[in-house]
Amino acid sequence: MLKIENLVVSYNSIEAIKGITLEVNEGKIVSLIGANGAGKSTTLKSIVGLVKPQRGSITYQGKDLLSTPTKDMVKHGITLVPEGRRVFANLTVLENLKIGAYSRKDEKEVQKDLEWVYELFPKLKERSWQQAGTLSGGEQQMLAVGRGLMSRPKLLMMDEPSLGLAPLIVKEIFHIIKEIHKQGVTILLIEQNANAALKISDEAYVLETGLISMKGKGKELLENSDIIKAYLGETAGHK
Amino acid sequence: MFFQDMTFELFMQHLTNGISLGSLYALIAIGYTMVYGILRLINFAHGEIFMMSLYFAFYGVAMFAMPWYVAFIVTIILTCLMGMLVERAAYKTLRDSPRITVMVSAIGASFFLQNLAVVLFGGRPKAFPTVGLFTDVLKIGTVSLQRLTLMIPIATMVFLWGLLYLVNKTKTGMAMRAVSKDHETARLMGVDVNRTITITFAVGSILAALGGIMWGMKFPQIQPTMGVMPGLKAFIAAVLGGIGNIHGAVIGGFLLGIGEILLVAFLPELTGYRDAFAFIMLIAILLLKPTGIMGEKISEKV
Repeated sequence: MLKIENLVVSYNSIEAIKGITLEVNEGKIVSLIGANGAGKSTTLKSIVGLVKPQRGSITYQGKDLLSTPTKDMVKHGITLVPEGRRVFANLTVLENLKIGAYSRKDEKEVQKDLEWVYELFPKLKERSWQQAGTLSGGEQQMLAVGRGLMSRPKLLMMDEPSLGLAPLIVKEIFHIIKEIHKQGVTILLIEQNANAALKISDEAYVLETGLISMKGKGKELLENSDIIKAYLGETAGHK
Repeated sequence: MFFQDMTFELFMQHLTNGISLGSLYALIAIGYTMVYGILRLINFAHGEIFMMSLYFAFYGVAMFAMPWYVAFIVTIILTCLMGMLVERAAYKTLRDSPRITVMVSAIGASFFLQNLAVVLFGGRPKAFPTVGLFTDVLKIGTVSLQRLTLMIPIATMVFLWGLLYLVNKTKTGMAMRAVSKDHETARLMGVDVNRTITITFAVGSILAALGGIMWGMKFPQIQPTMGVMPGLKAFIAAVLGGIGNIHGAVIGGFLLGIGEILLVAFLPELTGYRDAFAFIMLIAILLLKPTGIMGEKISEKV
């Protein structure tokens, strides 16, 4: 579905991504894990055109994405839930969800999706008239995910959805991700919380300083001793 | 005692004048505040766009002998196009440049338009055409005033209602508000950010044209530098109310307009300081509440 080949991205003269190749197959949950500064977010930003790569190619269902403007990504079914939620604090919860469906014309279906999102996140329904800026961090993350879903994506990419959230809420978010996946949405997930991400992933890539250092099935990587040492901590391996 | 000559009639006359001047400031101030909201840019050319609208109306009525309503509609359209053109030429190409670069470009656009007006229309003041329907004198009891003085605030309220409807109730308005918060994320949602910015300039320029037409009828002398002072004062009104906030711009406009007229009315010896009043207000608000009356707290992005 999505193919990245030999991607090189640099900011000024510093190479953030030094040639990575990865693939996201339809219907899968793929995660990209790694430490801060490994180039995870840059990879996602390159896919949606917020960052211009120096070299390499990104194709989606055979279509070249590098020449597609960011605003057209949602029309192709690609949606990014950005890092740090980035909800529109000055808009109401409902407006945030509606703007997720900004480029859609099928009003009836939009309404259906809105009900689905409200079903996934009942809190959002309760607060639909509230300004998004007044929500808690966890609620904002749910809103960001819900807003992403409103575009009815085929490929939903999420950048650190669990960052800065309480453990219980993290659990809920990952549960929801599985739920979304069940609806047939392909998911590309970026996480520092390797443990939680690998548990739900079909495939995973480990990114280290701009290069892919490991790849494999999510469950396999979860048992890999190097991964345990580097990302999960000593105790996590026993879970 | 400065109240001695102030009769009720006179006071009402001053007050209505203040309200109508305030309405005009408010209309122009909205253009500043909306552009600032969406681009974090002070559009210094806005005063000149306002000035141009007066010339368009003047040429329409006086030179091409159009009926006033046709001339005014043409004026609104031309001013709107002009605002979009300024955005396209002076700001769009600099979208990713540092803010200071864009600001310098804005100042350049302002001077360019002013001098263009001198070349095209000449520097000598011209008399704005009078339209009897608006400029005739009306007597309410013992208060006599131009019809216009009452029409301006009413018209302003109607335009404001339209604007608030656009911004708060339509999809385009929602996109405007989203873009004003976060260009990148708006783009991710499929919003055409450039188009939204163009619409913002168009709306601001339309309001400047509406303000310009009414300004011309109230103060019927036009010249190429006439956009500077109303432009600056409307900008101050926007800052006063909290720049980026539409309600704030309106409140700032009224405060400034009414304050300015009443100052001169009560203290005629200060007439020469009329313009200074606005700048003193600017300094005061920047010292006391830099975010303006309706301004939000500025929180730095982390």
